[in-house]
Amino acid sequence: MNIAQIIALAKKEFLALLRDSRSRMVLIAPPIFQMLIFGFAASYDINNVPIAVYNQDQGVASREYISKLNGSPNFEITTIIAKNAEIAPLINNREVLLVVNIEPNFSDHIAQGSSGGIQVILDGRNSNTASIAMNYLATLSIAFNQKWNEDHGITGTNVALSGRYWFNENLQSRWFIIPGILGMLILVVTLLVTALSVAREREAGTFDQLLVTPMRPVEILIGKAIPGIVVGIIEATIILVVIVQLFEIPLRGDIGALYLGIVLFLLSATGVGLMISAISVTQQQAILGAFLFLVPAVILSGFSTPIANMPEVIQWLTYLNPLRYFLIIVRGVFLEGNSYGLLIDQYWPMLIISIVSLMFSGWLFKHRMY
Amino acid sequence: MSDAALKLSSVSKLFESHGRVIKALDDVSFEIQAGKVTGLIGPDGAGKTTLMRLISGLLVPASGAIEVVGIDVISDPLAVQSQLGYMPQRFGLYDDLTVQQNLDLYADLQNIAYKDRQPRFDQLMNMTGMSPFTKRLAGNLSGGMKQKLGLACTLLRSPKLLILDEPTVGVDPVSRRELWEIIYQQVSQVGMSVLLSTAYMDEAERCDEVVLLHEGKLLMQGKPKDLSQPLSGRTFHISVEGVRHRTLQQVLSNAPDVLDALIEGEGVRVVMEQVVDAKAIVLPQVLTQETHGTVSIDPVKPRFEDAFIARLKTKSTITQQTTIAPLSVSSSADKAVISVDNLTRTFGEFIAVNKISFNVKKGEVFGLLGANGAGKSTAFRMLCGLLPVSSGKVSVAGLDLRVAAADARRRIGYMAQKFSLYSDLSVTQNLNFFSSAYGLSGKQQKQRLAWAITTFELENYKNTNAGNLPLGYKQRLSFAAALMHEPEILFLDEPTSGVDPLARREFWERTNHLAEMGVTILVTTHFMDEANYCDHLVIMEAGRILAAGTPLDMKNLARNDEQPDPSMEDAFIYLLNSNDQKHQAVIA
Repeated sequence: MNIAQIIALAKKEFLALLRDSRSRMVLIAPPIFQMLIFGFAASYDINNVPIAVYNQDQGVASREYISKLNGSPNFEITTIIAKNAEIAPLINNREVLLVVNIEPNFSDHIAQGSSGGIQVILDGRNSNTASIAMNYLATLSIAFNQKWNEDHGITGTNVALSGRYWFNENLQSRWFIIPGILGMLILVVTLLVTALSVAREREAGTFDQLLVTPMRPVEILIGKAIPGIVVGIIEATIILVVIVQLFEIPLRGDIGALYLGIVLFLLSATGVGLMISAISVTQQQAILGAFLFLVPAVILSGFSTPIANMPEVIQWLTYLNPLRYFLIIVRGVFLEGNSYGLLIDQYWPMLIISIVSLMFSGWLFKHRMY
Repeated sequence: MSDAALKLSSVSKLFESHGRVIKALDDVSFEIQAGKVTGLIGPDGAGKTTLMRLISGLLVPASGAIEVVGIDVISDPLAVQSQLGYMPQRFGLYDDLTVQQNLDLYADLQNIAYKDRQPRFDQLMNMTGMSPFTKRLAGNLSGGMKQKLGLACTLLRSPKLLILDEPTVGVDPVSRRELWEIIYQQVSQVGMSVLLSTAYMDEAERCDEVVLLHEGKLLMQGKPKDLSQPLSGRTFHISVEGVRHRTLQQVLSNAPDVLDALIEGEGVRVVMEQVVDAKAIVLPQVLTQETHGTVSIDPVKPRFEDAFIARLKTKSTITQQTTIAPLSVSSSADKAVISVDNLTRTFGEFIAVNKISFNVKKGEVFGLLGANGAGKSTAFRMLCGLLPVSSGKVSVAGLDLRVAAADARRRIGYMAQKFSLYSDLSVTQNLNFFSSAYGLSGKQQKQRLAWAITTFELENYKNTNAGNLPLGYKQRLSFAAALMHEPEILFLDEPTSGVDPLARREFWERTNHLAEMGVTILVTTHFMDEANYCDHLVIMEAGRILAAGTPLDMKNLARNDEQPDPSMEDAFIYLLNSNDQKHQAVIA
């Protein structure tokens, strides 16, 4: 192993990356912009959702219910309607997400001590948003019931649920999503940097020139891996600062444990990137290859949908996905305050993925050459 | 003049690159006559392609006017484009379509009426000799056939003015001759006017007229013969018995009154600075002091190439240490440094290299000649260990580079076919990287870097990105990078492809010098005349070796009463024809 040669190659890789003002921009600006945009945009929480109310009752109870709706930060009553026929167009044209239809004798029924009926018509085209909105309404209705009973001296409900959300006390979905974005962004950057590195040289014909030097494939591999990892670590650090400072997500665990995870994750991303690079003949193929890996890697990582909800066969597939492990680490360190001991089962699979993919790309360097 | 097919009046074109303005064309004016073949000659970067693109209306000049068959290009490019056919250096054939589909596509693009198509196709396919291949995929055609198909596509509408950008580069000599025949046919039968650029000086001589461009300026225009006329009395063929032509060339090119010395046959062809009498030429002392054989100096007829060189060559400043120690003919150690035995490489069904065998001795310049697609590069890549062999044996310095320890590669230098250094890195950074990759460091590395910068005259470009270098300098840089670690064996893959005669001379001067110092050199080329620089060579065609031997051996094969003094190209064509006959005999 010749360290001087490896350093020379790594240095050359950095120069090649940084001397070109366009590639320099691509490395720095987009990830930070993406972090900011995704961070603010990506949320399951729904706020100020436009809704319509069709109140057929006009009694005290229904008015109180509507004032509760009005007071909720989640909903905004944009339309008051007066007849049944108005419901469908509102939903069809996506003017409102839901219509609250209060039955004619709502207040009477409640006053008599029986239940008042409310029909909710939801736009089910986005099932996720619809069910979240329904949940909010349910919560609101429970609160309405309690308040009504208290005010009218009725001791009704026997079971009172009071929830406490651990790790994410305010149940902000941002706390769940943003640490995941960290994983996604550094995966994209490192994968692209490494996937393009060999393909670019192959396209320019410089890879042959490199192969005829006394450098061994393993030395070329290390020299090529270093820039991707260094760029990834720098980017991760910048993003971490943004997450903690700007989005105020608590970093509760051991930062060393997080960085160990970052390094292993980047190492495996580098291995995959170099593998794609070694197979590709042109940069275009390398980019296609990188995206062919990226999209399923993000979807099958637990980034947005839990792995436990996936069919079993697909769950097995996720074991090959380094992002899967990294997301557990990054969420674990951020929200649960985990340290090395609890994360060990996430570290070693990434190490194995790194070793196998790096070895395979080293082999490909020599055997995939025309 | 009303019969001018093309008229340029003070045309200029500027390009802006990295904040600098480059004058690609500077006040160029000339006319070409209808029904003539005009050659556009000039070194790389002279502005030939820019000029052709301007004429075709693909670029707009900064100033000046261009008229094609009386139509102003700038105001009415579409009208001009319907009158002219332009074949760029790399014609846009679709590799995944058959020959016929390519023709159909271009017929569609050029809006040719359906009823006229079939007769025109037949005519063109007959003329190019491609009728049997209409169902073949364009990607599977040889380089020569691709060019012929490109030409056929350009000729579909029978343009009035045909513009060809280096149509014969990398094409085998036979196809080159055929392409020329087609062009002449168009001129004589249809009265087409042709403007073509070429890097081959012998082709320039075939033109009715040539236009010489240099650094965006028009230097001269005229009949090739007229242009070379002023040089008569300045060109000689010199040979000294017992002195190797390479040594002779090196000594002569450094002699004070010699402008240019070029290896030709067994001697050296020189262009003197002034008109002299053959008897008045005094050879440098080194050549005469020892007991060498007879010196013969014969005046020869000047060629267009001489005019080109005389006009453009500023006497080389490469002051090489003229240590002409090994004047003796002893071909040093007879040990084979490179040996190739029944080497074969297949890609699926296709046999790229078919059982070739040869040996290269130490300190030899060994040439691998052949047209594009003959299998040279494939053989070459196997030698360098870049490509696994299908069968057979390769050994370089006693080792197979593919499996040998990495250190074995320290002994070889490699210069790839196309420019393959890092374009985004500066000259110094490139050299630094490659010297480090070969394990140089510290003082030694600094020394070699300084050596490379001075020897290859890169001082002014030290901090320029390699990608922005002029072509000739790119080639110098590649060569320098391959030599940083002082290799014993040098692999040069098409080092002179696309390089103009000046840069080619300079390159061979350096290569000769290295060979004189004992470096073994294996070089591939499709320039047949470059074979003269080799001690031994093999000619490849369709993956096989057609012939092996010294350049003289090859030429002797083709020598007969009709061709008392065949050129290397004649020898190649002879070999190819006799090979075909053998082939047919076998089939029969």
